[in-house]
Amino acid sequence: MLYANQCHPVISMTEVYARRPRVGLFVTCLVDLMRPSVGFAAVRLLEAAGCEVVVPEEQTCCGQPAYNGGDNANARKIALQTMRAFDGLDYVVAPSGSCAAMLKVHYPRLLADDAQHASAARAFAERVHELCAFLIDVCGLEQVPGSFAGRVTYHDGCSGLRELKVREQPRRLLAAVPGLELCEMSDTDACCGFGGLFAVKFPAISNAMVTKKCANAASVKPDLLLSGEMGCLLNVAGKLSRQGADIQCRHIAEVLAGEMTAPAIAYSSDGERR
Amino acid sequence: MTARTQFDADIDTALADAPLQRALADVPAGFVAGRRRAREELLEFEPLRRVARDIRDHALAHLDLYLEAFESNATKAGSRVHWAASGDDACRIVLDICRAAGARTITKSKSMVSEEIELRERLQDAEFDVVETDLGEYLVQIRNEKPSHIIAPAIHMRAEDVADVFRRQHGHLAPDRKLDTPEEMIAEARGILRDKFLSADVGITGANFLVAESGSAIIVTNEGNADLTMSLPKVHVILTSIDKVVPTFSDAWPLLRLLARSATGQAFTAYTTIVTGPRRPDDPDGPEQCHIILLDNGRTELLASEMRPVLRCIRCGACMNHCPVYCSIGGHAYNSVYPGPIGAALSPALAGAEQAAHLAEASTFCGRCEQVCPVEIPLVSVMRQWRSLALEQPRSRRARVMLHTWARLAQHPRIYRWCAGIAARSLKWLAGSGARIRRLPFLHAWTDYRDLAAPQGGTFQQQWAQREHKRAQRDRADVSAARARKSDSVP
Repeated sequence: MLYANQCHPVISMTEVYARRPRVGLFVTCLVDLMRPSVGFAAVRLLEAAGCEVVVPEEQTCCGQPAYNGGDNANARKIALQTMRAFDGLDYVVAPSGSCAAMLKVHYPRLLADDAQHASAARAFAERVHELCAFLIDVCGLEQVPGSFAGRVTYHDGCSGLRELKVREQPRRLLAAVPGLELCEMSDTDACCGFGGLFAVKFPAISNAMVTKKCANAASVKPDLLLSGEMGCLLNVAGKLSRQGADIQCRHIAEVLAGEMTAPAIAYSSDGERR
Repeated sequence: MTARTQFDADIDTALADAPLQRALADVPAGFVAGRRRAREELLEFEPLRRVARDIRDHALAHLDLYLEAFESNATKAGSRVHWAASGDDACRIVLDICRAAGARTITKSKSMVSEEIELRERLQDAEFDVVETDLGEYLVQIRNEKPSHIIAPAIHMRAEDVADVFRRQHGHLAPDRKLDTPEEMIAEARGILRDKFLSADVGITGANFLVAESGSAIIVTNEGNADLTMSLPKVHVILTSIDKVVPTFSDAWPLLRLLARSATGQAFTAYTTIVTGPRRPDDPDGPEQCHIILLDNGRTELLASEMRPVLRCIRCGACMNHCPVYCSIGGHAYNSVYPGPIGAALSPALAGAEQAAHLAEASTFCGRCEQVCPVEIPLVSVMRQWRSLALEQPRSRRARVMLHTWARLAQHPRIYRWCAGIAARSLKWLAGSGARIRRLPFLHAWTDYRDLAAPQGGTFQQQWAQREHKRAQRDRADVSAARARKSDSVP
């Protein structure tokens, strides 16, 4: 099956088979700050897919708050810093469609008029992948370490879905999880209302949007709601928590990697909402 | 009250307006499902979008040429072309035409350009009897409101609201007159409008496209009201804007094929009319005069800017039908002639950034609008550019300082990591023994509506560094053990 964003590996496949590709994990701010277990789950998946994982210390944020806030000058500086931090690695993989899209789609746009860095940004973008897309499109991963017995619904993050066309890859990976039953909710392509600062700048609209999303999710009665996007997950899990709904939320990497010892988002270790 | 605080107040009103919320809930089943069906039925829908984009881009790149050709061909066909730099100019031109015609009654079909320049209000101020002939616009007019959608002006109303306003505004209605079904309501409106059509002295329409090769205007409706508006009175005024011109009819067809499909899901609108000048000697009917007013109102400036692609817009409304923000608050809350994503992209250019630049903030940048736009306007990029321009304004000082401070921090990885560690620990502390924070002392906009999950404590970077450190220690231990074994074995 062909995908619109099928990658063009920078190194040839013979080389990949000859040595383990070195993958730089772009941790993302929210995973770093809120849920490190997602980062470790991503590492486990990448290692299961035969990669060597490195985590460059010099990475910070992808620069989206500056870029979407209209501050292109700072966004450019952060872009160059990120590109430097991941220099020399075969791939850059992020457990987030939104951060991956920033690196892959927007860095080349930001630096398009910069004669010195435009081509470097394009070459860098070629190496960047969202985690699920990387596991399927580049690694051809068919078996995953995790298993889960229960009903799962999947929320597509907007940037991953529309800017990177990540839609089938997470679903194919979920299909490989023994025991997991995927129940699609309606309007999977509708935004959950997070939108970075949007959620605090327009909290009432954001609330209306996340309320609809939670209702759509609840209508398929899942045990677990998964997404590849920490921002969406904090929003949806936060709302479900406030509603007292009996749906747990996790990052898809946790289920795929079988790293489920950490309690679900906004759940206590005894499985209660406290 | 600034435009932004007004916006916040209007958002709260809209979200609390239960009838409006029920009306908005129908948008997905109506327009969105309609478009999806139309797209599935037309195999070449997606390639056609790129064709349409290129046609619009070509026309805009040579706008001067095509406008001059249009003027010359329209004049040859007997129309009179007027150029209006501003809304005021356009209103003045219409007023002059109406006065010269000795008009009393004026019929009007739906035109967003007329909303943009508040033409109906201006004509009413000058004591003309003006009536909107599009049913939705007519309802909006008699309720003394503004349209809330660019193709469905009364989308915020429900059937009860229509019956209610007819009973209030139509003094002739017998109390026992039934207004329960759409047919009964349409019959009531038709009765009123028919008299107006027959007595009108001037008919004002908009134009969906202008065709340079023939000087024609193409006008589409579903009610046929534009045809009666333009053909029955002695004077026909076409009020439109300079961006509507395309070179030839062949260029107009792909746009027409996409317009109705994107808007309502129809393959074609019920009426598509091509007007080329006034009545000719052997025509059976038609107006004696045909005036075409070409409004600029900020468009030339937009054309010269990086935001030019906004002018590709063919006003189908698909962006707002698919916008989760529009579908949450409706059109009125935007307080802008053009609501939704196209409003956020276009209105600051037309009404001024002071008035409308804040609309670009009200987007999650989810990109659904771009995905459905029939002419592929990069709406998110344009909104981002408005944010960028707004950030440079003196009033954005606070936002600028905060953004710059954060950006400086993000450029110092070591300090950034340290701050992330502190933030993780502080949030964990705020959550206490629980797994969620129910009220944040700062950023309460978040916890007003939802909980904040407690962080797991300790950042990934910290934990990874510890893991790597342990791994390195283990490796060193293994190496020295191996060395020790090796030296033991050497005699």
